[in-house]
Amino acid sequence: MGRFYNSSIGKKFFVSITGLFLMAFLLVHLGVNSLLMFDDTGELFNQAAHFMGSNPIMKVIEPILGIGFILHIVYALIVQIVNWTKRPVKYSKWDQKESSSWASRNMIYLGAIVLIFLGIHLVNFFFKIKFGTVAPITYADGVKMHNSYALVAELFKNCTAIDVLYVLGGIFLGLHLNHGFWSAFQTIGWSNNDWRKKLELVGSIYALIIAIGFSIIPLYFLIKF
Amino acid sequence: MSDKNINIKVKVWRQVDANDKGRFETYEVNNVSTDSSFLEMMDVMNESLVQQGKEPVAFDHDCREGICGMCSLFINGRAHGPDTLITTCQLHMRKFKDSQTITVEPWRAKGFPVIKDLIVDRTAFDKILHAGGFVSVNTGNAPDANAIPISKPAADEAMDAASCIGCGACVATCKNSSAMLFVAAKVSQLALLPQGKIEAARRAKAMVAKMDDLGFGSCSNTGACEMECPKGISLSNIARLNREYLVANVTD
Amino acid sequence: MAILNSKIPEGPVHLKWSKYKETQNLVNPANKRKLDIIVVGTGLAGASAAASFAEMGFKVKAFCYQDSPRRAHSIAAQGGINAAKNYPNDGDSIYRLFYDTVKGGDYRARESNVYRLAEVSNAIIDQAVAQGVPFAREYGGYLSNRSFGGAQVSRTFYAKGQTGQQLLLGAYSSLNRQIGLGTVEMYNRTEMMDVVIVDGRARGIVTRNMLNGKIESHFGHAVVLATGGYGNVFFLSTNAMGSNGSAIWKAYKKGAMFSNPAFVQIHPTCIPVHGEFQSKLTLMSESLRNDGRIWVPKKKEDAEAIRAGKMKPTQIAEEDRDYYLERRYPAFGNLVPRDVASRAAKERCDAGYGVGSGQAVYLDFKTAIERLGQKVIEDRYGNLFQMYEKIVDENPYLTPMMIYPAIHYTMGGLWVDYELQSTVPGLFVAGEANFSDHGANRLGASALMQGLADGYFVLPYTIQNYLADQIGVARMKPQEHAAFKQAEEEVRTFINKMMSVKGNESVDSLHKRLGKIMWDYVGMARNKEGLELAIKEIQKLKKEFWEKVRIPGKADSLNTELEKANRVADFLELGELMARDALMREESCGGHFREEHQTPEGEALRHDEQFMFVGTWEYKGENQEAMLHKEGLKYEAIEVKVRNYKK
Repeated sequence: MGRFYNSSIGKKFFVSITGLFLMAFLLVHLGVNSLLMFDDTGELFNQAAHFMGSNPIMKVIEPILGIGFILHIVYALIVQIVNWTKRPVKYSKWDQKESSSWASRNMIYLGAIVLIFLGIHLVNFFFKIKFGTVAPITYADGVKMHNSYALVAELFKNCTAIDVLYVLGGIFLGLHLNHGFWSAFQTIGWSNNDWRKKLELVGSIYALIIAIGFSIIPLYFLIKF
Repeated sequence: MSDKNINIKVKVWRQVDANDKGRFETYEVNNVSTDSSFLEMMDVMNESLVQQGKEPVAFDHDCREGICGMCSLFINGRAHGPDTLITTCQLHMRKFKDSQTITVEPWRAKGFPVIKDLIVDRTAFDKILHAGGFVSVNTGNAPDANAIPISKPAADEAMDAASCIGCGACVATCKNSSAMLFVAAKVSQLALLPQGKIEAARRAKAMVAKMDDLGFGSCSNTGACEMECPKGISLSNIARLNREYLVANVTD
Repeated sequence: MAILNSKIPEGPVHLKWSKYKETQNLVNPANKRKLDIIVVGTGLAGASAAASFAEMGFKVKAFCYQDSPRRAHSIAAQGGINAAKNYPNDGDSIYRLFYDTVKGGDYRARESNVYRLAEVSNAIIDQAVAQGVPFAREYGGYLSNRSFGGAQVSRTFYAKGQTGQQLLLGAYSSLNRQIGLGTVEMYNRTEMMDVVIVDGRARGIVTRNMLNGKIESHFGHAVVLATGGYGNVFFLSTNAMGSNGSAIWKAYKKGAMFSNPAFVQIHPTCIPVHGEFQSKLTLMSESLRNDGRIWVPKKKEDAEAIRAGKMKPTQIAEEDRDYYLERRYPAFGNLVPRDVASRAAKERCDAGYGVGSGQAVYLDFKTAIERLGQKVIEDRYGNLFQMYEKIVDENPYLTPMMIYPAIHYTMGGLWVDYELQSTVPGLFVAGEANFSDHGANRLGASALMQGLADGYFVLPYTIQNYLADQIGVARMKPQEHAAFKQAEEEVRTFINKMMSVKGNESVDSLHKRLGKIMWDYVGMARNKEGLELAIKEIQKLKKEFWEKVRIPGKADSLNTELEKANRVADFLELGELMARDALMREESCGGHFREEHQTPEGEALRHDEQFMFVGTWEYKGENQEAMLHKEGLKYEAIEVKVRNYKK
């Protein structure tokens, strides 16, 4: 197995597995976040967020998720840095408009943009919630929890720049996923001529859902309020 | 057949040998019939260089019917030029316009160092095959050809993979100079057939290890290789290679 | 006569090969390791021989001029490979394959060799399948067959339109395995410049490294030449640009005799010549004649209108079309052998019925598409149709293809005995490079069969018979051996002589001029007057070559012009020998058609009583006339008849 970790296919395998894991996470994340739009009192979202935050399973998954992110980024970087050395003399003319998609050739940059966005996103919400600068709220069940809804609503209602940033983040993430989804299955060997078409279609639908889903939330707050 | 003549400029890579830095030079080629092939245009250009006492541009070519895989050339940013499912020798001048400047470069990849002008060293492909691109059967060992039936879809798919001509367009066009499509085509062909299944695990591991050693990049699944492949070798072969390699590492 | 001992084993034809194998000398495993074999050329014959020798335990050095053995021109064979498997249950047998091949060759091949070829044909298919060659299969999983010209059974195995590619890649994979194991040392981009003879035996070769021009020599206890045919003497042919006759020509000059140089196959279905700049001709597989029908307009005025661009072929009514092959040869129709089909096309075009430039006929799939549907035609010939469209820019599904004969294969080659050994002991010749199996015309799908038969199943036996008494011969060191050093020196002198001409005419230009002489006078139809003229013209051109050739660059670096010049220098001499052979052979047979010798209907007229022999030429020195030797042909298992494809 030692060779496997160091082989080109092995390294790509880890990028794919972690990618698939992160894609599953994104779907859950979007599911919870979409609750922001279904209850303007914020209770629904706060309850859900609290459940996610306090659930013992999620406690275990959270660090795994962190590691997943880190592995995905580290392996992708290693693969990319090695790949950058594989054409020491560049072409003076290189035309790929007919042969491949822009996103597929620029996954590392799309990934980098998404990473920057992720950093901002963590600062905006995750750290604030996690490290307790968010006002608490108590609902009818008597459980005290963060009023995360207020934090989100506040930011999205009042700061157009943040809204734009989140919409852009959603679009870039979508582009990254549009290639990433099918590509992950291809790399773990789960594709053939028939499956490829299906996976590409599902990948595009998935990417569209994620991109639109995450973009629509800030716009919802911006437009509605 | 609408035969007419065009005048073009060819901006071509010249490099004396592996140690030379190399440079572009531009030659005018006049009265090129649009019915001639790209390499015939190169012949006309070289003929005039010889007439001027200059060294002709060296380029690899042999069968000139798209099957030997010897011709290469990166033309206007594309492996085998601006057409699909062909090699450079099958590219015709009708794909170009009058007074156009055509940029011609050698394959560029760490695994394919330039030897001279447009000629590159592709022996890395041979070396990958030496590592495992075969069924270990000696002459005379074989049972009757119909002893083992093979399903038609499997045989057809193996044939599609086996139609690789080893030209290197996949490497040349890949942003990572990856040889995955080439390796996948052979691994896939043999993994699909009962004769090749027996040593499939060993083959996949040995060939991938060799491919990595020889300076090719990894696969980003952009699909450019498939689009530029003169034989349209499918990306699904790469999926099969990934699968074979994974299984090989788990089981073997 | 005695000089040509063909060493045919005694006994009835079907027992000769088994008897030979039972009584031949063998080399034991320990001794095999002490013996080196040089194999020049890595096509079907060379790659299969090199791999098989190495599997047996010999040390092998293999050479090719391309950047990889996989590029050898065997790769371009499209249609298929014959074998007498009789899987379709249509009455085939070894004897029938043997019979068809001898008849197809117009009774000018050696009976015993052809029988052996048919005998081992089945093992080739087995071997290829075991290597992973993806032959076409039926839904039941069993191998599929199709029919080819000159046969009334379906005995051709195929892999789409890329059978040669797949068989070569199979042989190449076996070779790769041996290279990986270290038993074959592979030399790519290396051209053989001469054979080294020590005490009357072939003991090695001199090579030029095409990357840096280095002249080197290599020792072998035996040397195998599997360097293909010399069709490029015509400049325009279906051969690869690099295909050349230099290896066999150099061997010829060192004492290996050359047989039937005039026997050249002209393939009937090639894309017609379209301009002065043209560098090669592209073949459209013979398999197309299974479903395509060949025709020209019945009326001259229609043909003229088409040539003038005033009329389209699709506008010509059915009754105004002359399906001349079906008309002339009702029994075989469009599937007559290649020589017959080619000549018939030329006859129509010469008579003024040609289309396109006047040198073309139609190959029409209209009837087949109506009968089977476009999908079936696409499945069968899709890649060929695509290739045609890329070259000609016309859609062959809608408008008939235009085709015309072109030089394709050379039946002639170095003379070999039953063991495939030339007149130089220790020098073996395999595949298209030898003369042995196809007589005056080769049937479709037989070249692949012969190349692989020689390499897999003949040479591995016969070479042992030679090497068995060579085990005491120690490896020679080329750097220290006088004969090697002298041969190297001669090569250097030859190259320097070419480089120092410094004339003003390019190699290609001289080559094109040679090609024109050859096509005009030594092509599809030949006559005494033309051949005599050709000999004079070629001699003149040879003189011009040595006064005018211009090779830029240096000899000690990669120099494509020098490579070409070396080959053309040999073609100039070989072309003359071809013309001499054609002049000597006062009859028409197979691909050799002498206008003076034809039946009233224009069919080839053989003169068996005078010419039932292999015309074999011995080199007599620079600018000396070669000397003719005759190996008489005896047919014991076959009744010699007039070839008739009419009924």
